[in-house]
Amino acid sequence: MTALPLAHDEAAPGAAAHDKADTAAARKEATGSPPRDRRPRGRIRRIALPYLLLLPALLLELLVHLIPMAVGIFMSFKELTQFYIRDWGAAPWAGLDNYSLAVDFDAPVGEALLHSFFVTCAFTVVSVGLCWLIGTAAALFLQDHFRGRGLLRALFLTPYALPVYAAVITWAFMFQRDNGLVNHVLHDQLGITDGRPFWLIGDNSFFALATVSVWKHWPFVFLIVTAGLQNIPKELYEAAAIDGAGMWQQIRRITLPSLRPVNQVLVLVLFLWTFNDFNTPYLLFGNAAPESADLISIHIYQSSFVTWNFGTGSAMSVLLLLFLLVVTAVYLLLTSRGRKATDG
Amino acid sequence: MRSLRAAAAFAAATALTATACGGGTATGGGSNDSPKTLTYWASNQGPNIEADKKILTPELKKFEKQTGIKVKLEVIPWSQLLNRILAAATSGQGPDVLNIGNTWSSSLQAGGALLPWDAKRFGEIGGKDRFVPAALGSTGAQGKDPAAVPLYSLAYALYYNKKMFKDAGVEKPPATWEELVADGKKLSKGGKWALGAEGSNLVNNIHQAFVLGKQHGSDFFDDAGKPTFTSDGAVAAVKQYVDFMAKDKIIAPGNAEYAQNQSLQDFAKGKTAMVLWQAAATTFEAHGMKPADWGVAPVPVPSGTPGADKQVNSMVAGINLAVFKNTDNRDGAVKFVKFMTSDAEQTVLNKAYGSIPPIKAAQKDAAFARPETSVLRDTLSKSAAPLPQVPNESQFETTVGTAIKELFADAAEGRPVTTASVKSALTKAQQQMPKS
Repeated sequence: MTALPLAHDEAAPGAAAHDKADTAAARKEATGSPPRDRRPRGRIRRIALPYLLLLPALLLELLVHLIPMAVGIFMSFKELTQFYIRDWGAAPWAGLDNYSLAVDFDAPVGEALLHSFFVTCAFTVVSVGLCWLIGTAAALFLQDHFRGRGLLRALFLTPYALPVYAAVITWAFMFQRDNGLVNHVLHDQLGITDGRPFWLIGDNSFFALATVSVWKHWPFVFLIVTAGLQNIPKELYEAAAIDGAGMWQQIRRITLPSLRPVNQVLVLVLFLWTFNDFNTPYLLFGNAAPESADLISIHIYQSSFVTWNFGTGSAMSVLLLLFLLVVTAVYLLLTSRGRKATDG
Repeated sequence: MRSLRAAAAFAAATALTATACGGGTATGGGSNDSPKTLTYWASNQGPNIEADKKILTPELKKFEKQTGIKVKLEVIPWSQLLNRILAAATSGQGPDVLNIGNTWSSSLQAGGALLPWDAKRFGEIGGKDRFVPAALGSTGAQGKDPAAVPLYSLAYALYYNKKMFKDAGVEKPPATWEELVADGKKLSKGGKWALGAEGSNLVNNIHQAFVLGKQHGSDFFDDAGKPTFTSDGAVAAVKQYVDFMAKDKIIAPGNAEYAQNQSLQDFAKGKTAMVLWQAAATTFEAHGMKPADWGVAPVPVPSGTPGADKQVNSMVAGINLAVFKNTDNRDGAVKFVKFMTSDAEQTVLNKAYGSIPPIKAAQKDAAFARPETSVLRDTLSKSAAPLPQVPNESQFETTVGTAIKELFADAAEGRPVTTASVKSALTKAQQQMPKS
């Protein structure tokens, strides 16, 4: 396969920068050649047009993202319980009470939130790490041509294509203690475990949750890394092979550094998805997740919807939002600095 | 400039849509703006949603014939009902008439989303006296106008497998907990178990713990509506229930993760000999049992016979019918409630669902004198108590229900369940209750 000419067409993040430069150059040319329009009306129109074209998107962004977010922040300062559900404008102001309740780690509510936060961190590290490892390994193995490669690629992407609900409910059935497939294989057929372990209650629920999460997300890594690999010029490998580099060295010295920009975005997206995952724990455990698998999103759901305390729930959501914003900002800052250093 | 104007129009339209979504109808106590239609949210009472539609549609046609009001029916599964009601209450956009679980009455009453039933409005549907008092006790906080009227009543009973009892040499169903444990040990052998439970079903955990609490002289709430989850009676009640698995070993450990009525399937397959349930007959038949295979008896008590106070052996279970405050057909909605609580409709509907009519006159029908329904009827009239009618009832279900779920998980995985561990779980639950 000829990698170089194709590079421009691939939807890899690296290509975006080139496109930007191209369009900028094109614009320069375009403004330079036609006779200048001196009429002020025409100029206004020309200046206004891009903004007008952006307007629908901006409005929708406002409607779908910013307004609900602002309402959520507003709610977090209200004592919004079941007593004010019908007319929640009338709910009394709570000041910072909801926040102090959420971050008072000596009291049960704050302690439970902190515990849930740590569980979520551990879960995210395990899940993102395994997803990346499995997805990248699979993409590397399927890089070279062989018979049945297309079939394998399609097969690997299946978990990603399945509807989340159907998939996770199936997992919930498989994890059942008495009739589930997992215990049937582990206990009845392989005899690895002494008794039939529980997977949906107690401490094992963490592993059940991580398994489903990894199963669901690794194909995404596989897909993106496969796309990223198409951008690495084959000549690099050929040159390396001539210089006597083995496969492992080629991966370390060529593949991984070339995938860096892809991985930067990939890990960030995976982190956000996994940290915020609601569907998986909700479908596996229902309203009340076991303590060892009490992810923050379901914890907040329980604190607001199940106990009808939307003010506290909103405060916890705002704290979560702040945390994710800080992590994302620091991550972007660090990685872009790293990139500048290598570029320069 | 034309494009600018178009954009402005678009912006205005978007803003309008936004307000329309959030605003809802602003009228306070409902209106009569659309007198010819009603929207009705029914809870899922039959084996599935289709069955409910089949049962209800002909009745709604009757109502249309009598009054000319067309009723749009939506049957909502239990897992979604409360969230749908909350969303409707917040937005003001909802049905005209709806079913609610009777234990939610006080919580929903506090939010003010439902039309209160004062004496005058009760008069429009034939008066309060037509209803069974126990059912009326589950329609809202004491001293306030009810938030809903009773529609179907249910109570817990002990269902037992006759053949399994015979095989184990148990002659009659247990009447006290001591007998239940003794019989249970005879029945729990060779991969079979005596009692079924839904350890991960928070609501069911609460129903069982509440009744045992009553028998231990505890209510989980004091008269002022403050939680008393850590009282000796409450701790003893929760421990007694979890001990059926932890100490007595008459509940299979696997039941700790049950939350989707798997215990009823186990019963129908002959894996467990007893379940404590409300109106389980239709489900057993759906799983292939014949009515002669099982028997029905009152839920055991500590000693003596079921009755009031410490002899209570069931919560007042049931479904209430409420009118949404933002209805735009208030008169039609009240007419519909009158129709649904009429003697004739009560007989038809409760017969179809295996529940008991909360209307005195309708209870006289022969259909409610069959062995199963007569146990439910007697329990309801003599020995059932309503769950605490306090605004924080739903939080109680969540916090204490979760505590019991975790204790069952301990029992199932072989960790000790002690008075201290039960008390600490209930302390944690109580600390999570709202301050108000």
